[in-house]
Amino acid sequence: MDNPLVETMGLKKYFNTPKGNLHAVDGIDIKIQKGSTLGVVGESGCGKSTLGRAILRLLEPTDGKILFEGKNIVNYSRKEMIEMRKQMQIIFQDPYASLNPRMTVSEIIAEPIKVCKTITNKTEIDNKIFELMETVGLAERFVNTYPHELDGGRRQRIGIARALVLDPKFIVCDEPVSALDVSIQAQILNLMMDLQESRDLTYMFITHDLSVVKHISNEIMVMYMGKCVEKASSDELFSNPLHPYTKALLDAIPVPNLSGRNSKREIIKGEVSNPINPKPGCRFANRCTFAKPECTQYELELQELAPNHLVACTLYN
Amino acid sequence: MTNKLLRIEDLYVEYETDDATMHAVNGLDLEIEEGETLGLVGETGAGKTTAALSVMKLLPEKIGTIKKGRIELDNLDIINAAEADMRSIRGNIVSMIFQDPMTSLNPILTVGDQIYEVLKLHRKDSSNAQLSKRVDEILQLVGIPSDRKNNYPHQFSGGMKQRVVIAIALACEPKLLLADEPTTALDVTIQAQVLEMMKTLKEKLKTSMILITHDMGVVAQTCDRVAIMYAGEVIEIGKVEDIFENKNHHPYTEGLFGSIPDLTKSTRRLSPIQGLMPDPTDLPKGCAFNPRCPKCMDKCKIEKPANAVNGSHTIKCHLFK
Repeated sequence: MDNPLVETMGLKKYFNTPKGNLHAVDGIDIKIQKGSTLGVVGESGCGKSTLGRAILRLLEPTDGKILFEGKNIVNYSRKEMIEMRKQMQIIFQDPYASLNPRMTVSEIIAEPIKVCKTITNKTEIDNKIFELMETVGLAERFVNTYPHELDGGRRQRIGIARALVLDPKFIVCDEPVSALDVSIQAQILNLMMDLQESRDLTYMFITHDLSVVKHISNEIMVMYMGKCVEKASSDELFSNPLHPYTKALLDAIPVPNLSGRNSKREIIKGEVSNPINPKPGCRFANRCTFAKPECTQYELELQELAPNHLVACTLYN
Repeated sequence: MTNKLLRIEDLYVEYETDDATMHAVNGLDLEIEEGETLGLVGETGAGKTTAALSVMKLLPEKIGTIKKGRIELDNLDIINAAEADMRSIRGNIVSMIFQDPMTSLNPILTVGDQIYEVLKLHRKDSSNAQLSKRVDEILQLVGIPSDRKNNYPHQFSGGMKQRVVIAIALACEPKLLLADEPTTALDVTIQAQVLEMMKTLKEKLKTSMILITHDMGVVAQTCDRVAIMYAGEVIEIGKVEDIFENKNHHPYTEGLFGSIPDLTKSTRRLSPIQGLMPDPTDLPKGCAFNPRCPKCMDKCKIEKPANAVNGSHTIKCHLFK
């Protein structure tokens, strides 16, 4: 059942800085099957948000292809992209910064309709707004309130309603629950999973929280400095992590139980190095306990070690 | 007396705003023994930071006031202490690490100067050379090469900045460290590094610590005892074993655990707590959790529950007697 909705091939996004090219996303190939969720994890600065934005062409990719339902959208004109965005939407990380403070809830949710002119009849628009507010669990009385009057959870529900209003097929979720308290986070995650089921949505779920990503994803991609270091199904990645970075990342999660409390954990040393004009080879090599001279001699390719389990590491050559 | 380092009794803190009074802390009781790490857990607005600021006497002037209660730190009465005395207590006996390392350092002073400043204020009888030597020692203690003391905060990464903040807090070897979400702004791998370092330092310097966090994982890995706060009160407190292994819990604690996606099990749905935190200007009658509680009884809406004590484990709920 190979039915990818979104596919990228060699997607790159470089930023020009005074010090050189910043390789934010450096050759990413992904395939997201219709109705499934791809989780993208990594630490701050690994390029996960840039990847999400580049796929929607909110940032122009430097190189590579983006296929949506098999069609390459990289060279689409502005007008064609507006048409495309009816099918691809985004939920932003910070519900405090991503809503216009001078617009009411209903205006915010209706804005995509106005931009794309999908519905022109005013009562129909109103009906659509009320319907969506109910779907995402916002009481009708909030329709004319402003974002500052609402708490983080409700604001994020507005962000979700806005992303859904055009009935898209694909939604990039850029850390949609990171800014929320755990109890609210759980409410929003449940909502997103219900919506996926009822509307057959495809998600790309960007987060740094590994327990959240395991909960919601079918497949997970681990990124490090613009590159994919490992990709596997959610269960496989957690039960059998292969790349040293993935292992270190999983080891670093503080688990909410007392097992392993007194055992000494392997903690990776150092920090993410500079992504401007990076050296060739494995970008994790300077922090890796298994690093060998050949790690930095040539560019590593992802290899398929088990069905659908890809890893880029010299340990498995 | 026993070796209680900090004792907070029946503390009430209010914030006065133009149009309402916010009840941030409502009858908080808390005790800390020497050398102990207590995790203070709760959601945004539970009053965790306010409680810590009360101990430091750093509540926003004219807005935040302690209405009632007692805070005893190292046998000193904090609430009635004069500001001049507080200045020597802060840093020497208690110090605080703030949540955001990006904003808690002075951007126009080198990190060395910022540590030096603390020592200069508190160790008046030491020579400048002795103090400079101490700055180097402290930097090494938190894992920063001492030749970086002439760098400015912006030249450090988030994790390194937090190490500097910890260095400042520990410069005078206080007896109690209040760490307000020290790792929330950091990535997991860096968080693991910083937590490990704090654990080692704590053992080395025999400091007691209150670790304020909302992350149950961090608590399980680092704390000896856990207090769970809701609407300005401790609703459950116990040893980590009581909280993580005992079956009996306050319904709110159960809700917190139900909200965390479990890495070891695959559940399709989380079981979150319904609703939102109560408005601190208008707290519900009886138990503050009653509007969200799945096990709410009639009694809960009228009467405030008392503490049900079972050994080291205390739960404030009508379900437990």
